[in-house]
Amino acid sequence: MPLELAETSDPSAVDQEYLWTLNFGPQHPATHTTLRLVLTLDGENVLDATPHIGYLHSGFEKLGEHLDFNQYVTIVDRMNYISPMANEISWHHAIEKLLGIEVTPRCKYVRTILAELMRIHDHLLNVGAVALDLGAFTAFLYAFTQRERIYDIAEYASGQRFHSSYTRVGGVLFDVNNDWADKVRKFVEGFKPVHAELHRLLTRNRIFIDRTKGIGVLTAEDANNWSVTGPLARASGVVRDLRKDEPYLAYPDLDFKVVCARGGDCYSRYMVRMQEMQESLKIIEQAVENIPAGPINIDHLSDVTLPAKPAVYRSIEGLIQHFEVLMPNRGFPVPLEEVYGATESPNGELGFYIVGDGTTRAYRARTRPPSFIHFAIFPHLIRGHSLSDVVAVLGSLNIIAAELDR
Amino acid sequence: MAVGLPENVFLTRLDAAANWARKNSLWPMPFATACCGIELMATASSRHDIARFGAEVMRFSPRQCDLLIVAGRVVMKMLPVLQRIWLQMPEPKWCISMGACACTGGVFDTYAVVQGIDRFIPVDMYVPGCPPRPEQLIAAVIEMQEKIERTGTLNGREFVVRTKPTGPPPFDVDELRRRREAVPVEGLEIYDPPRVQ
Amino acid sequence: MVSLAELQAEFGPEIAESAFRDNRRIHVPAEKLYAVLAWLKESRGFDMLVDVTAVDYLEYPGATDRFHVIYLLLNMSSKERLIVKTALNPPELELRSVVPLWKGADWMEREVYDMFGVTFAGHPDLRRILMPEEFTAFPLRKDYPRKGLGERHNFPVITRAES
Repeated sequence: MPLELAETSDPSAVDQEYLWTLNFGPQHPATHTTLRLVLTLDGENVLDATPHIGYLHSGFEKLGEHLDFNQYVTIVDRMNYISPMANEISWHHAIEKLLGIEVTPRCKYVRTILAELMRIHDHLLNVGAVALDLGAFTAFLYAFTQRERIYDIAEYASGQRFHSSYTRVGGVLFDVNNDWADKVRKFVEGFKPVHAELHRLLTRNRIFIDRTKGIGVLTAEDANNWSVTGPLARASGVVRDLRKDEPYLAYPDLDFKVVCARGGDCYSRYMVRMQEMQESLKIIEQAVENIPAGPINIDHLSDVTLPAKPAVYRSIEGLIQHFEVLMPNRGFPVPLEEVYGATESPNGELGFYIVGDGTTRAYRARTRPPSFIHFAIFPHLIRGHSLSDVVAVLGSLNIIAAELDR
Repeated sequence: MAVGLPENVFLTRLDAAANWARKNSLWPMPFATACCGIELMATASSRHDIARFGAEVMRFSPRQCDLLIVAGRVVMKMLPVLQRIWLQMPEPKWCISMGACACTGGVFDTYAVVQGIDRFIPVDMYVPGCPPRPEQLIAAVIEMQEKIERTGTLNGREFVVRTKPTGPPPFDVDELRRRREAVPVEGLEIYDPPRVQ
Repeated sequence: MVSLAELQAEFGPEIAESAFRDNRRIHVPAEKLYAVLAWLKESRGFDMLVDVTAVDYLEYPGATDRFHVIYLLLNMSSKERLIVKTALNPPELELRSVVPLWKGADWMEREVYDMFGVTFAGHPDLRRILMPEEFTAFPLRKDYPRKGLGERHNFPVITRAES
């Protein structure tokens, strides 16, 4: 009697036994931080990927309900730790929207310069790390040398090189001086040749192009449907930049372009990031020459900002003001309202949904983290590619685990 | 010495020879979870260059490493991974806890973050800072080398006597009190209640 | 601009509106939420879902409902933003999933479920996303303490002698 094949309920399941399951992470060099992927492989082709996240979930949002608006800056810093100050600026942008504060022109310019420096900071690490993952070590070293210069600038302004906790409600911690502006100018001059060098190393590099062109293509419709923002969306041809669409800080006064590409693949994302660095340099050059004079914090007799140290030590009004702001049961008046404020962080739209309950602590401090939303599209991008493309796609998405899990 | 030795022969103890070899070729395993991981990268890259101290061979497989650098906060979901990586490393092995979060939980005193990895795995060296500067990490690596030279033995006898955990007890009084006083709320159960009562 | 009159003509008079700074908010009852969101997407061009989140109003002064689930919408062609809020009270913490409308809602709804315990009917894969699978509490609810209930230290200890 001839043998017959047993009927299976699912015809597509016949060959399933040939599929491999590969665990990728959570401790893996190419994931940079703590991501975990479970890949289903057919030979070397990735059929499906299931991301598992939460390996760095540290309760940021819960902590935001227990710390006041100025204290939470130190926590926000640690969210996207590749560009800490961009998070601070975004957080205080939302808080100032809630309180109805307009910061001074000088503060706007200083914050703009720092935000753009952080954009370069973030893109440099991303470009360097993508190159490192694809086997080009030199670009990474070039990028890191320049990052150290930006650390120096941040350190000069705030006293901390990494997590600077520099912004405050209604202003910043310390005023900047001319030496700082000189440092920024020097950095801009020094960065231009390195940027060109990075272009020479990677942009027309045969291996780099082969590994990134046509890999992980995201169309514009998909980008909108998956809520993708920032350089990723712009690389897919979505013209969306909060700096132009909902101008904040000093961006309306400055001349710059929104960088877009059509390809939607890893190479387009790399190119968008490289060009954005160029635009950021342009913004910094304009802003650093036009920093307005005047106070950096809003009026020191308002209820919100800490007065300058000399005022605290030499006048009774300053001392009372300092005390009023810092006392937990006094603080500044907060409306019983909720507000969503967002800025264009290097990674995309970083927004905060803040519920104020009349105290100086947020009742709820929801973050809209771009990394979290971008990582959700990863299975969609990787299906059908080979295993070696996983690191290329992962690198081009620029997933920062602390922002992903919060 | 009565017996004449040729000039290129040195006499030493076996332990000292092993320590000399071990301390000058530390292979770090970067367990980089958060911000400190970026400073670890900065330490390894151009300006700070940890290669000057013989500890640049970062290996991402724990089976090839002898120095675990825990850089960044370790949370509930990650701790079993960390313990497994520690167990996979071959002896002799050492552990540097880098940054405030790995040492004590740092600013993240929340429901998900382990308040110091030394409660659950042995730690040899703590580096304070949030994050520590690269110079501090380099100093810690140098101290680690000195410690290995000072205390190491060929067959790891110094580890055998350390039968107690190095950190504070996992459940502090505060935590147990909270657990006891917790008012049961509907829909809020506690998974797998603490083992220490 | 989507006017309130239009919405009320389409979905009945219980739809309310409020505004603060540049945010416009629409308050929708839970049973009409999906219909309103689908209408906003299909005929008013809100083609991007910026965020889905929730707020627990347990200790909020003067609050009447326990939870609000909040949808932040964006119209990519006119750049108009709109916030849609809906109130939920235990024990009926269920909404219809909007993943068929916006795929980006997938993880956002999972996070709301993980942190607040609001379930979404019709979600393709509603599991915990940030907390471990075996965790049973919902950490962002106001009745859960910030330092947790001892879960974070519930692990075996490894000493030098045994490793």
